[in-house]
Amino acid sequence: MPINRNSLRATTAVTMLALSFSAMANPDPSDWPAVQQAAEGQTVYWNAWGGDTRTNRYINWVAQQMQAQYGVDVEHVKLDDTGSAVARVLAEKQAGNGDDGSIDLIWINGENFAAMRESDLLFGPFAEALPNFTLTNAAANPEVVTDFTLPTEGYEAPWGKAQITFYYDSAQTDTPPQDMQALLSWAEANPGQFSYPRIPDFTGSTFLKQALIELTEQDEALYQPVSEADFEAVTAPLWAYLDTLHPHLWRSGRTFPDSGPNLRTLMSDGELSLAFSFYPTDAAVAVMEYELPESVRSYVLEGGTLGNVHFVAIPYNSPHKAGAMVLADFLLSPQAQAQKQSLAMWGDRSVLDIAQLDADTQALFEQGERHPAELPADALSNTLPEPHPSWMTALQEAWLERYGVN
Amino acid sequence: MLQLAPALIIALLVVPVGAGLVMVLLPAFGYLPALGGHAASIAPWQMLFDQPGLWRSVSVSFASGLISTAIALIIVVLFLAASRGTWLDRGIRRLVSPLLAIPHAAIAFGFAFLIAPSGLVARLISPALTGWERPPDALIVNDPWGLALMAGLALKEAPFLLLMSLAALPQLAPEKHLMLARSLGYSPTIAWLKTVLPSLYPLIRLPIYAVIAYATSVVDMALILGPQLPPTLSVSILSWFNDPNISMRFMASAAAVLQLGVTLAALFCWWLLEQLARSLTRGWLINGSRQRGERALRMLGRSALLFSSVTALASLVGLGLFSLAGFWQFPDLLPQMLTLDHWQRSGPMFATPLLNTALIGLLSTALATALVLATLENEHRQHLRPKRALWLLYLPLLVPQIAFLFGLVVAAESLGIRPQLSLVVAGHLLFVLPYVYLSLSEAYRRLDPRWLQVARSLGVSRRAAFWRVRLPLLLASVLTAFAVGLAVSIGQYLPTQLLGAGHVTTVTTEAVALAAGSNRRLIGVWALMQAVLPLIGFVLALTLPRLLRANRRELAT
Repeated sequence: MPINRNSLRATTAVTMLALSFSAMANPDPSDWPAVQQAAEGQTVYWNAWGGDTRTNRYINWVAQQMQAQYGVDVEHVKLDDTGSAVARVLAEKQAGNGDDGSIDLIWINGENFAAMRESDLLFGPFAEALPNFTLTNAAANPEVVTDFTLPTEGYEAPWGKAQITFYYDSAQTDTPPQDMQALLSWAEANPGQFSYPRIPDFTGSTFLKQALIELTEQDEALYQPVSEADFEAVTAPLWAYLDTLHPHLWRSGRTFPDSGPNLRTLMSDGELSLAFSFYPTDAAVAVMEYELPESVRSYVLEGGTLGNVHFVAIPYNSPHKAGAMVLADFLLSPQAQAQKQSLAMWGDRSVLDIAQLDADTQALFEQGERHPAELPADALSNTLPEPHPSWMTALQEAWLERYGVN
Repeated sequence: MLQLAPALIIALLVVPVGAGLVMVLLPAFGYLPALGGHAASIAPWQMLFDQPGLWRSVSVSFASGLISTAIALIIVVLFLAASRGTWLDRGIRRLVSPLLAIPHAAIAFGFAFLIAPSGLVARLISPALTGWERPPDALIVNDPWGLALMAGLALKEAPFLLLMSLAALPQLAPEKHLMLARSLGYSPTIAWLKTVLPSLYPLIRLPIYAVIAYATSVVDMALILGPQLPPTLSVSILSWFNDPNISMRFMASAAAVLQLGVTLAALFCWWLLEQLARSLTRGWLINGSRQRGERALRMLGRSALLFSSVTALASLVGLGLFSLAGFWQFPDLLPQMLTLDHWQRSGPMFATPLLNTALIGLLSTALATALVLATLENEHRQHLRPKRALWLLYLPLLVPQIAFLFGLVVAAESLGIRPQLSLVVAGHLLFVLPYVYLSLSEAYRRLDPRWLQVARSLGVSRRAAFWRVRLPLLLASVLTAFAVGLAVSIGQYLPTQLLGAGHVTTVTTEAVALAAGSNRRLIGVWALMQAVLPLIGFVLALTLPRLLRANRRELAT
């Protein structure tokens, strides 16, 4: 039989087209049973900062649960910098890889999220369709749908809560400073014993924002894009403050620690006697793991400190979106949230509205006795919201301009 | 088949580096459609030159490359000149391989803890000698001049240059020269410097160039020890590539091209210094001075390398202590208690990274060794002089990783090659192959050809002569080259992470990820794991030939 080459070519083209459509057809989050079915047997590559043993320990537990409960294999890709995951997705887009990316889920928030949304690198909306999302009671807790003032629009699912928490060695310091002006006087009296991480580190940049909120007279401007404000005028008090503070910092401000966790190491070495972390339980867990002396105590500044919610998001070219969604949903389950909050596992605060849960489920979140280095339970009520992400970038640039060369 | 080997090697190394460079050059001049860059532009360069502290970054990268290499070279040369035949010589020779095996990052962590104001040295003398109850507030690590970085690099490069020199020396028959010079009344150290060094230098020139290129663009050591306001150029590039503001990638690409320029400039500068040194020393070489400076040079030669080796070992001891430490306050010399907690908690995480590390290391080194042997055997059979084109072999060592790896990822993706183990192995091959070649080629070429002539005259085929005569005679050299390759592979971070998209975890990727968390106890655990693996390779390389030889002796009797 003579083969009609043209028709063969046409058939092949149609088949390939169909195949590529089926590969590209994304699971529909509103049809949850179908998502769960599609997820089974998938391997989800979850890119998450891997510098912390507690996080790693928790993700390891999650992976075991996901395998047992949903038949989904979770691989933790340990990053040293979340930006490298963003860079990866971008490289894949650059190379035209639109449906077989190497990342299925990213632990993300703030400026990384803003950047990925802007370049259309995320899949969604999916978050609000997750069955467990209702437990966050988003209507009463807008922070679970807002990331650095940007509405998440379902492109990322909330995972945990962080807030700047200061800690000090009570054997060496009786009265730690309670606001930015007091911090300056304290640093003058205790030269070389305080510092903040070098910009553009996330924790360091957060310290700048914290100081700016306290020092500037124009708070409202911080919650709009920076382009709509007079940056010089708003930030002038911050620079004046830092100019005075820096000579009294660790190494006289000629160099800075390279990360938030590095502050903890310097406390551990006895080089600093006052530090801060983005994890309220950081000091307590560090005492339990021999890193800090037992005399360490935590506290929050009187006027409150910056806090935010961190999220997980799915890249637009993830080949395992169903698995990623099931994972994101599991992370919001009371079981997973309670484990995360326990000090023995991680100590990261829950994004669920615990008061709305039934009594049995609430019981999951009850902790044993409070660790002496841990904050009192009500200390975190005074949380300052994050400024618009453009402020972070602008502050970083201005800081590097001023202090980036010593 | 054999004739294809050299071409194959060059293609394997040149094509990826070239492709990677192209993919970085395009965005450096504004072309990156995924981010809306469609037209050529010099905007990325303008943005780059506006970065505060850029020229400081460039100067520190440039200077640390030249100075650390010069220090390492001087240490090694003086040691070789002054310590022949002493107990020190034998001891250091035994130490050189283990020191070479320890990855850069591990040494850097240990060294930083050794010299920091709250570090081991300060604890050793505090408070008894210093009265320090708290660590002094002194800027030692991360100093703006990059001195800590240069010291760390010199510590790590000296063993490499020593091993390369020891491999090259025998073919120069130094003893003959020395005997002659001694009989003319030259003192031993002077005799070595005047008669052996001039012919040794050309043989270790390429390894020296590789060291310079490495030192100008190193990332991991610079992150730990280098200056931070501003950091070295390579560290800035990495953070620009990872910046949340993804339009920074244009500028990051331009900076990667600039890094290539800095490295090339450093190499060119060294070449000029070589010319200068040659003309300056010409007079000294023939001025007949036989004794002047002997004592000082001998003292320096014996102490410098010993000092640097002891420092490197002490750095490791510090890491080891931390991996077992409970609470450990300044100025306590030892932790208040020792615990296995950190090892136990990491234990369950070891399996996959260890397996991957071993697999990638063995595969890439085996491939590299086979290709290098094929190339060298081909050269021997065709009676070729070492091919000029083979300098291309060193391309991956001379072009900074950071300048082409980001582009290579895009190139691989464009070809539809997804991140996987085999891609990582191929990536490691880029760096393992040149080092295996560096370590093996001199030994191969200097093997007395008469052994093979005898074998051939007894009617043994070329192929059989290779397998039954050459390989057994070269076993020790091949194994050492293999161990060097393994150590290089184990230390790779960027290629593993970028080409594997993090799906392929090794001991090194885990160690770097944990390092971001700055928990020194865990860093100690993982850095020691990182150091132990290549060490096993070197121990095997040293003992296997001895075992095999013992076995043969039994056969003969």
